[in-house]
Amino acid sequence: MSNNEKLLEIKNLHTGFDIEGKTYHAVKDVSFDVKSKEVVCVVGESGCGKSVMSLSIMDLLPKHNGKIDKGQILFQGKDLVPLNTKEMNSIRGKDISMIFQEPMTALNPVLTIGFQMDEVLINHTKLKIEDIRKKSISLLKQVGISRGEQIVHEYPHQLSGGMRQRVVIAMAIACQPKLLIADEPTTALDVTVQAQILELIQNIQEEVGMAVLMITHDLGVVAEMADRVVVMYAGQVVEESDVDRIFYNPQHPYTKALLNSIPRLEEEQEELNTIKGIVPSLKNMPLEGCRFVDRCPEAMPECKKITPRLGETEEGHSVRCILYDASRPKSEGEVRL
Amino acid sequence: MSTAKNSDFLLEIKDLKKYYPVRGGFFRKKIGDVKAVDNISLELKKGETFGLVGESGCGKSTAGRTITRLFKPSDGKILFEGRDITNIRGRELRNIRQDIQMVFQDPYASLNPKMMVGSIVSEPLVNYGRGSEGKLKEEVMNLLTKVGLPEDAYYKYPHEFSGGQRQRIGIARALALKPKLIVADEPVSALDVSVQSQVLNLLKSLQKEFDLTLLFIAHDLSVVKHMSDRIGVMYLGNLVEVADADEIYRNPKHPYTKALISAIPQPDPRNKSKRIILSGDVPSPQNPPKGCPFHPRCPEAMPECSEKRPLLKEVNNNHRASCLLYE
Repeated sequence: MSNNEKLLEIKNLHTGFDIEGKTYHAVKDVSFDVKSKEVVCVVGESGCGKSVMSLSIMDLLPKHNGKIDKGQILFQGKDLVPLNTKEMNSIRGKDISMIFQEPMTALNPVLTIGFQMDEVLINHTKLKIEDIRKKSISLLKQVGISRGEQIVHEYPHQLSGGMRQRVVIAMAIACQPKLLIADEPTTALDVTVQAQILELIQNIQEEVGMAVLMITHDLGVVAEMADRVVVMYAGQVVEESDVDRIFYNPQHPYTKALLNSIPRLEEEQEELNTIKGIVPSLKNMPLEGCRFVDRCPEAMPECKKITPRLGETEEGHSVRCILYDASRPKSEGEVRL
Repeated sequence: MSTAKNSDFLLEIKDLKKYYPVRGGFFRKKIGDVKAVDNISLELKKGETFGLVGESGCGKSTAGRTITRLFKPSDGKILFEGRDITNIRGRELRNIRQDIQMVFQDPYASLNPKMMVGSIVSEPLVNYGRGSEGKLKEEVMNLLTKVGLPEDAYYKYPHEFSGGQRQRIGIARALALKPKLIVADEPVSALDVSVQSQVLNLLKSLQKEFDLTLLFIAHDLSVVKHMSDRIGVMYLGNLVEVADADEIYRNPKHPYTKALISAIPQPDPRNKSKRIILSGDVPSPQNPPKGCPFHPRCPEAMPECSEKRPLLKEVNNNHRASCLLYE
């Protein structure tokens, strides 16, 4: 996957929610990009803003209080932020499609699977009406549902969780999107079914040649799927690099702590490493300094004052931590990491 | 009553079954059973952690709740300290519950939002008339500190705490009566990884401190292996394999256990081991397949698997599996 064309570029994205007259930023200054045919995983704990970020790309934020305050979302060089609903509709489901965590809520319970699949094709393709059903069935075959002819007449509740997720994936790839956003696609599924779905996404990604932006909290899934990894904490990107470096040479204290805190099958550990405390809530976010400072094992006094910037420490590896900020004045005797 | 003939077993379960009736038709007649737990036998040694692992719908939670006698078993026997508690009722059951406590999965649903944390934790003590008036508060404060909560948590309400802290409250409540057995049903599945590790460490250290026997139910095999001395793998209401935690991971015998272990995504991009991808989904426990319950999905199925139902048999030292390959 050496194609270096940037498919999606997110620049200084700020997404805020108005609560009681004040704006709180769930996503604050997020920048990263997705190249075509690349699998990028965004990883972080609940409340770190990863879902809000993906909803911002799709313009699916709650209309009454959520809005993008600043920043650009460039898709094939075109900014999506100023587009109106009609213009977005021509992109959503066609060039960018999305699959969600809970496949039951993503499907309409009172419409048949066939109806919902046909709808995507009617809206975005110029297929003749008589060919549409055939295409729906062939899409179901593509995602590994062999009895597509019957499934199209069934309702979502008649299918298992894994089957529903397959249907949602079939709908998402119906128009051969260039980018698939998958928000925790396997979290609601059992491990053996998760393995099926992950393999399916991998196969389809290669077949269709699309890029995948996968949002997950599971580092196992990240290691399995990703080419590149974006680690988010409290609404910010704290580290970004290729998958190998994230797992074998993590630099940000949060990434290190996260990797250390998961129980591993192959190792015998008496006690797990933990990260003390919890993610600060939106309302209690520190205004200046590093947002991880209260939980950081390597925190220094100046971490509370200096707000770290996301900077490259080596080619293709960015970290948001003043430990790696070359411009920071060093205290005496401190060893450069 | 035969008193503790096997004194090192705290809990023995023999051929335990729990069926839920399915009713239908005009007169709501019973038309079938959901076989949530279909014949499991296991025993817990004093002071050990036994992990029960399986996918959703395999009956692991029902098993846990039947063992604590929250549900009435349909068949089989439950012996606690050698005493048959399968069918006890009323005062007897109430008494035995002091020794068997439970930690639930959802820390949001398992705490009464209208009760102060202090009352939540002291309720079991008050219920059983333990802890004298003046000392009650002191004891609760002690418990709260034990589980890593500040003492002023006593006067707060559950909504003021995060998920991990709420789970600590649930653990303090379970510990209040100094039980001998704690059944923890998915205690960390609602928590984030960094918080999950805090709660797991807490459970482990408390288990040592109070010399608890722990039945740890979860779907995440890495978590179960970290916590447990021995592990039982369940599939469709049946126990398919039981062995020491390390043994089951290094040397799984049952094809389902093999697939389950290989399906877990490993947090290591350089080690993408070959996954065994099972086809299809778990069948409905209302209408389980004939013969071995796993045979329709089993990559190693033989013709006789659809006929003969395998029994849980010793394959190695302390390693039992129910598969015709080993019979």
